[in-house]
Amino acid sequence: MKMHRAEEIWLIVGVAILVLSMVFTGYQAFAQGMAPPSNTETLDPQKVDEHAPFDNPGVFEIGENEYEVVMTLQAFSFTPNEIEISAGSEVHFTLTSKDVVHGFQVAGTNINAMVTPGYIQRISQKFDEPGEYLVLCNEYCGAGHQLMATTITVK
Amino acid sequence: MELVEKRNLSKKINYVAGFHQDDARLSLTYLAVAFLVLLIGGFLGLFQGLNRAGLLELPSWFDYYQTLTAHGILLLLVFTTLFTVGYFYAALSHTLGGLLPKVRKMGWIAFGMMMIGVAFVATTIVMGDASVLYTFYPPMQASPWFYIGLVFVVLGIWIAAFGAFINIANWRKNHRGKHTPLLAFFATGVFVLLFFGSIGVTVEVFMLIPWAFGWTETVNVMLSRTLFWSFGHTLVNIWYLTAISAWYVVVPKVIGGKLFSDGLTRLVVILLVILNIPGGFHHQIIDPGITETWKFIHVFMSLSIAFPSLMTAFAMFAAFERTGRKKGAKGLLGWFKKLPWGDVRFLAPFIAMVAFIFGGAGGIAQTNNQLNQVVHNTLWVTGHFHLTVGVTVVLTFFGIAYWLIPHLSKRELTPRINRLGIYQTIIWTVGMIFMSGSMHWVGLLGAPRRSSFSTYGDQATALSWDPYLFLLAIGGTLLIIGVILMFYIAIHLMFFAPKGETEFPIAEAEENVMPTPKWTERWGLWIVMFLAIVAMGYVVPLMDIIVNAPPGSPPFRTW
Ligand code: HEM
Ligand SMILES: [Cu+2]
Ligand SMILES: [Cu+2]
Repeated sequence: MKMHRAEEIWLIVGVAILVLSMVFTGYQAFAQGMAPPSNTETLDPQKVDEHAPFDNPGVFEIGENEYEVVMTLQAFSFTPNEIEISAGSEVHFTLTSKDVVHGFQVAGTNINAMVTPGYIQRISQKFDEPGEYLVLCNEYCGAGHQLMATTITVK
Repeated sequence: MELVEKRNLSKKINYVAGFHQDDARLSLTYLAVAFLVLLIGGFLGLFQGLNRAGLLELPSWFDYYQTLTAHGILLLLVFTTLFTVGYFYAALSHTLGGLLPKVRKMGWIAFGMMMIGVAFVATTIVMGDASVLYTFYPPMQASPWFYIGLVFVVLGIWIAAFGAFINIANWRKNHRGKHTPLLAFFATGVFVLLFFGSIGVTVEVFMLIPWAFGWTETVNVMLSRTLFWSFGHTLVNIWYLTAISAWYVVVPKVIGGKLFSDGLTRLVVILLVILNIPGGFHHQIIDPGITETWKFIHVFMSLSIAFPSLMTAFAMFAAFERTGRKKGAKGLLGWFKKLPWGDVRFLAPFIAMVAFIFGGAGGIAQTNNQLNQVVHNTLWVTGHFHLTVGVTVVLTFFGIAYWLIPHLSKRELTPRINRLGIYQTIIWTVGMIFMSGSMHWVGLLGAPRRSSFSTYGDQATALSWDPYLFLLAIGGTLLIIGVILMFYIAIHLMFFAPKGETEFPIAEAEENVMPTPKWTERWGLWIVMFLAIVAMGYVVPLMDIIVNAPPGSPPFRTW
């Protein structure tokens, strides 16, 4: 069962590309802190309202050009909604679901995270360009899923 | 008396020709229902496409999410499974000298189980009690009968798998020291994956049933998702392995060539089985509860599956080139012109292969963590699997149907049906280019999947997606023409085409090639290695999800 010379070259080049893509992904993830949202903190999904910080959801300015948004997702809304921040700020989102699985996606950015009940999900993003950003739920969550949206206005 | 003798005689003749009437009836039944399911599922897809473009409002008694649940389950699970079992049972019958009577019976029981399961699932969806999509993520809770229906489908799959194992084991016992015929070798790989791959989802469903009846109060959401995708990902490889069985074994014969390499083909099957499961996390790359490290390990595991695909790509083009040159082709690319472009049995799987170059590249991109974050749950992903399943797998299945159905029904593929098949293939390809292309593009812009028509309150970003969604609907409209044509062709070949003999094309090995090594037949070892790698990928994260689980979730019915 010998391989052709050409086949060997093809496989070596192919594998090299695969390895390169992995090295790149690994470098971004672990050296540059760009790994996908993977938070492992948990809470009781039936007691979200009693659990800090979700007992007080909202937009908090925690530093110069730095915000924390503490948000609950529930069928079919985001709390808080219609968020306003100033251009150039870094925003840290702390998210959980009060019922089923939801998605948290901001169109035109790399914000994309699954928000499952029982887990606290975290994701950060710097908003440089002013404008109105569409926030939407991208995991099917029920009859009103296509209406579950809000905006982030960057001024 | 005379009649009986005559019957016996014709049975004997058929037996010699590798044809078994009773086995053919079984496979034809699977295929007939498969194409009926394709027809229904295709119309549901059309309704979705028209809805997303804002052209069609679905009625409240069968809304978008009922449609989508049915479309996903019917096409992804039912159509592909019925076709796979029907095809491989025909292949086993043909290459192993007929199915054992016991196995044929198991094939019928499996079919019955699947039909019972589908009836439960379909009824609960139509009644509006199971709008949970084909992934049925808890804590959304469907009617318990929906999950029970799924159990029946899985039981059917297992019975079919064990039937195949029994038949293959029997053949091996009677042919000691011989290699199992190549298609039976593929069947072994496929049924091994079907059986082991569905264990995880069965465990999940057995957690959901008592919860759905109200006997348990809460459910572990992350555990359910993870078990689901251990199966969902395997299913992808099952289709793929089924499709390439025809690429390796059938297509070379159709173009008048020889097998590329028996040994390397078997190696690809073994690699696809061993390297299969641990890619499952690439469906959960942006989930909480799984660490960055584990997600990265799974990148490695899901990329490793690309290796046998690289081997396949080489094998295909090598077989084409060799055949072309043997037919007198000159120059670097002269062989290309020698391929039988007018033969639908070649054209359909050829386009399937080309689509996989793009589909595979997209898959490699989106399995890399950060890139996945850009596209996860956008229409990009829907575009991706309509390209991979909808073209690569489905067009290969169509390509098989053109010879398999008339072979089984003892009819002929007439030039007219062949020509119609060519049109079908072209319409399907163009339709998918429109639909999948626009899904990919609009997904990059952020349009979510699994969402009925919405402008999100006339939000500007959402409005900018509309032109692409319109292209999507155009693609869907072309595709439904393709579905109707294919359904017509399948039925015609089953019941109306002129009587005759159609061969089951199986390529032979090249003369004086090296013998295939004996170790390829060591399935026990392959299964152990496969399970060991599954364990490497899953044991620690699963323990973590179970041990460090938050309190469970109560049920919700949000539709
Ligand atoms: C007439 C042909 C087809 C059309 C017009 C069509 C159209 C669509 C559309 C518009 C969506 C929904 C997008 C969304 O809202 O997320 C969809 C989803 C889907 N389609 Fe198709 N499709 C067709 C054929 C197929 C085939 C042949 C398969 C597989 C064998 C398939 C498998 C799926 C799956 C698995 C989903 C996703 C369901 C989900 O996200 O829950 N489709 N299709
Ligand atoms: Cu949603
Ligand atoms: Cu997968």
